[in-house]
Amino acid sequence: MPAPTFATQVLQTLAGALLLISFAMLAERRSRRLVTLLIWQGVVLVTSTLLVAVTAQQPHLFFSAALTLALKVGVLPWILLRLMRRLGIERDNEPLVNVPTLMLVGLGLVVFAFGLAQPITALATTVIRQTLGIALAVILLALLMILARRKAFTQVIGFLALENGLFFAATTTTYGMPMVVELGIALDVLVGVFIFGVFFFHIREQFDSLDLHHLETLKED
Amino acid sequence: MTATVYFWQIGACACAIALAPLFAGWVAQCRAILQNRSAPPLWQPYRMLRKLFRKEATLAEDASWLFRGAPYVVFAAMVLAAAIIPSLTTQLPAARVADAIALVGLFATARVFMALAAMDIGTAFGSLGARREMMIGFLTEPALLMVLFNAFLMAGTTALPAIVQNTLAQSHLVLHPSLAFAAVAFVMVLLAENARLPIDNPSTHLELTMIHEAMVLEYSARHLALIEWASWLKLFNYACIGFTLFAPWGIATHGVSAGGIALAVLALVAKLALAGAALALFETGSAKLRLFRAPEFLTMAFLLAVLGLLVHLLLKA
Amino acid sequence: MNELATAAPTAVVVLGLVGAWLLVGGLGLLRPNAVGWVARVLFPLGALIGLGVAAAGVAALLPAFAPQRLVLPLGLPDLPFHVRLDALSGFFLALLGSAGAGISIFSAGYFRAGEGTAPGLLCLQYHVFLASMAMVMLADDAYLFMVAWETMALSSYFLVTTQHRLPEIRRAGFLYLLMAHVGALGILLCFGVLHGGSWEMTFDAMRASTLAPFWMSVAFLLALFGFGTKAGLVPLHVWLPEAHPAAPSPVSAMMSGLMLKTAVYGLLRVSLDMLPGGPWWWGLLTLALGLGTALYGVIFATVQTDMKRLLAYSSIENIGLIVAGIGLALVFRSFELRVLAALALTAVLIHAFNHALFKSLLFLATGSVMHATGERSLGKLGGLIRRMPWVAAFALIGSLAIAGLPPLNGFVSEWLLLQTFLQTPRIPHAFLNMIVPLGAAVISLAAALAGYVMVKFYGVIFLGKHRESSLAAARDASWLERIGLAWLALGCVLVGAFPQVALDVAGRVTQALVGATVQRGPSPWWMAPVAANQASYSGLWYWVGLLLATGATYLLVRAFYRGRTRRTAQWDCGYPWQTPRMQDSAEGFGQPIRHLFGPVFKIEREVPLPTDAAPKYRIQIEDRFWAACYQPLGRLLQRITERMAVLQGGRLAVYLLYSFLTLIFLLVCVL
Repeated sequence: MPAPTFATQVLQTLAGALLLISFAMLAERRSRRLVTLLIWQGVVLVTSTLLVAVTAQQPHLFFSAALTLALKVGVLPWILLRLMRRLGIERDNEPLVNVPTLMLVGLGLVVFAFGLAQPITALATTVIRQTLGIALAVILLALLMILARRKAFTQVIGFLALENGLFFAATTTTYGMPMVVELGIALDVLVGVFIFGVFFFHIREQFDSLDLHHLETLKED
Repeated sequence: MTATVYFWQIGACACAIALAPLFAGWVAQCRAILQNRSAPPLWQPYRMLRKLFRKEATLAEDASWLFRGAPYVVFAAMVLAAAIIPSLTTQLPAARVADAIALVGLFATARVFMALAAMDIGTAFGSLGARREMMIGFLTEPALLMVLFNAFLMAGTTALPAIVQNTLAQSHLVLHPSLAFAAVAFVMVLLAENARLPIDNPSTHLELTMIHEAMVLEYSARHLALIEWASWLKLFNYACIGFTLFAPWGIATHGVSAGGIALAVLALVAKLALAGAALALFETGSAKLRLFRAPEFLTMAFLLAVLGLLVHLLLKA
Repeated sequence: MNELATAAPTAVVVLGLVGAWLLVGGLGLLRPNAVGWVARVLFPLGALIGLGVAAAGVAALLPAFAPQRLVLPLGLPDLPFHVRLDALSGFFLALLGSAGAGISIFSAGYFRAGEGTAPGLLCLQYHVFLASMAMVMLADDAYLFMVAWETMALSSYFLVTTQHRLPEIRRAGFLYLLMAHVGALGILLCFGVLHGGSWEMTFDAMRASTLAPFWMSVAFLLALFGFGTKAGLVPLHVWLPEAHPAAPSPVSAMMSGLMLKTAVYGLLRVSLDMLPGGPWWWGLLTLALGLGTALYGVIFATVQTDMKRLLAYSSIENIGLIVAGIGLALVFRSFELRVLAALALTAVLIHAFNHALFKSLLFLATGSVMHATGERSLGKLGGLIRRMPWVAAFALIGSLAIAGLPPLNGFVSEWLLLQTFLQTPRIPHAFLNMIVPLGAAVISLAAALAGYVMVKFYGVIFLGKHRESSLAAARDASWLERIGLAWLALGCVLVGAFPQVALDVAGRVTQALVGATVQRGPSPWWMAPVAANQASYSGLWYWVGLLLATGATYLLVRAFYRGRTRRTAQWDCGYPWQTPRMQDSAEGFGQPIRHLFGPVFKIEREVPLPTDAAPKYRIQIEDRFWAACYQPLGRLLQRITERMAVLQGGRLAVYLLYSFLTLIFLLVCVL
């Protein structure tokens, strides 16, 4: 394997930062801070996409970087923050059971993801592909976060983190998806968040809270 | 050659012993400034030492030899740790005696002696402090070891001077994502180990929230002076470990010359000034965690270090 | 016998010494109730023989030594006993002899009349136990091995039930015997697989037999099960925390310090000597079991309130570390990384030796404490450093050693184990080279928790105030006991100061087992097993540095500020009254761990209500494995036997009918 260039090192560091943010999200109790972490994740994503665009000379990645910037650092957090204000859950503290155990499970997932990705990284022709393991880990951690959370709002944040992981995997391994697909996904996410917002209001109207364990009462015996 | 090496070895120790209170004073001063209080002078810790060494020591009636001996052992352990850590030069004979794993063992020895001494008098606060200190300790020790493991794997050695030389030998700037994880974990360990916020408040006066202070309640005069000095040395040592692993610039590597050492001292002072200010800033910005949140904080540190290890193994970087 | 002696002189000497142990034991029966005779003459004699055994073991470790074989004119007509002395048995004999000598000297001052079994009988059981352990290490065929193994189990059973009038001790003894036999069954079946159809029971034949990979794995798993039961691997550990506290302290010391090592010996003998090689998952399984055992043991040790139970759980932890090391060695061997396998094995051997020293030392110290105070519950001790300064000093060395603190011996093996883990990314396997390094995290966590356990152990027993007023009358150990403690403590200090010697000694064994040795490095003062510039440690200079720094600090403080010291009442933030009950109890000291690892324990707790007139706090912590594995198994067995009890109708005619039917059945089969 050739010695990694400085750009690759930066990219790897960014991948590491993404993983770090994922773990921070897993342990964060406050919804407000979760949104901040999501913004940071978006920033890292934009930076890494730009970096790949420059080093691999893939001009279409500049577009997707701009799209990411607009959507994931700008619009989506803005919508989420607005929703929070409207729903009055800005200072919400979600009780989390046993953070250390959650972290340990997360660590196990990381080991699993890295192990899965290692044969691919061993074969990697581009050094960039080594980050596939990290991208996979970010996706799994986001799924774990969705599983562990009880509030609808934080689950949506988990969903967005998941999408970020997918996007990162796409940019670093195959220099991004075709523009059409990317636009489609971006639109989907945007619409998804709108729909979630509507659902939040409905759930809250019904149960006076966004705690999802209330939904369990809907089951008919 | 050999004689000068031993001379600088002792010199590095003396430098650590002399600078440690200054560093503590600097952190206290920064904190005071940040909190809009009028700051104590930089040499306040030296004054405190002078005061304590002059006082008459009072010992509880049933204090045993363990209680009287522990301050000396703790202080000696910290001096020895300072001898191992390449703060000024990598030409350290003592660093061959004990590598970084032994360094962790040295900190553990000091902690165990401190906890045992705290239990010796048999007061409620003493044993409470000992228990809490050991709880923090059993969480920080593996975390610190894992942080060091990151560096070991990268440099292929457990000797701290070799790690420094390895880093400084690289001609161009190299970024290591795993070291980023390790650095975050290390800062968390540093805070917990040195009884800083958010784990312990070094300036608390409320016994029930104490950890480190609860252990030393029964000490006075010269014993207390030694313990305080040792805890400053510990903070200094931890800062130097941090520099060794993450920012070794300025440490004299090629032989030892007076000029190189002078440069290293300057670099060390500059780095300490920065680190102290950052520490004060962080402490001012954070609130003390509830005691049973502390394990969560430290598990985080441990896992981050392990994660760094994993990232290193995946990326080989 | 003469030509035997010339062919295998060292082996004959060892056999002679083992015979001498048996003789000493037999002499005890001459005057079974004469404490003076047994204690002042026979036990010191046993200690001397122990030194001899250790010397012979060391002789077997010298570079010029070639393995010696003997065929004894004993045993069944066509099945003579085979004996072999090689580096591995030599190492474990040295361990047995040297730690055994310390325990025997201590026992000379310990055993008294009127505590259960008569002293003479006890002496017999004790020496038969020692002799059988030595024979386990010498045996070169499955037959002798099993005979010695079972003798060891039986003699130790009788020793455990010395105080057989107490029902809980009888119960602990029964559990021990049961588990010992279940384990022995595993070993027997393992040998049954190993001979590979040749029905030759010598180990040489087993080494030579070629097995299909499947049967090799079966043999390995059986060995892991059988020896794991004896060693106390989780989940086969349940007998250990029951049996060790039940036995008299020197016997606990022998069981924990020595007998567990026979299981380590057996596992090494089978997995590394008799099985030529295996897939990597053997190693991974062993490693995982070892790490789990270490963590489980130490977590349970932190919450114990009985000092001997605490030590028993700590033994489980140490066995876990040892077995984890064996697992690493197996992993390395399967990838032909022989030097690294030797490194792991060195850590295993040195840790086994260390554990024999410090665990015996601590068990003996608890014996002294129990004799002086009559208490073994931590909640009723405290402040003994002022009444028993000698025992306190020796126990401090043992506690620091077991906590893995430099410059004592526990640190040496821990250091080596961590160095081994640092080499694991070199394993040429995609998944293993990521998983295995994480084991270092578990090892360091277990080691740090061991420090917690030892602060609790030492602090609650020896420091603070007396929790009971009767402790003020406690007297220090007798001089024979002190010699025994000092001998073991000296061992801890010496191995800590000269780890490079231990490295060389272990190198002889690793050369025989995996065909490689770990070099101590270029300098005689340092231990640099990996590479000279990579990792080095010098116990001796560490000692010098620590003592020098402490001494210099003391002298400087003395010189400049004359020691004006006043003794007053304690300060304790000015609280006006203090009782000894306000110190942390054993439960209190373990509380953070109980809180943190809550789901691991099965906790029953009674907390007093604010309205209670007589508030009472009670907490009971149980092993989850007990309820999860053993109780269902026991119930199943019970149900099956109840079904079978139908056969036992009580009428004589029916019983005769059974015999009759059996006879008919056999005749049908034969004809």
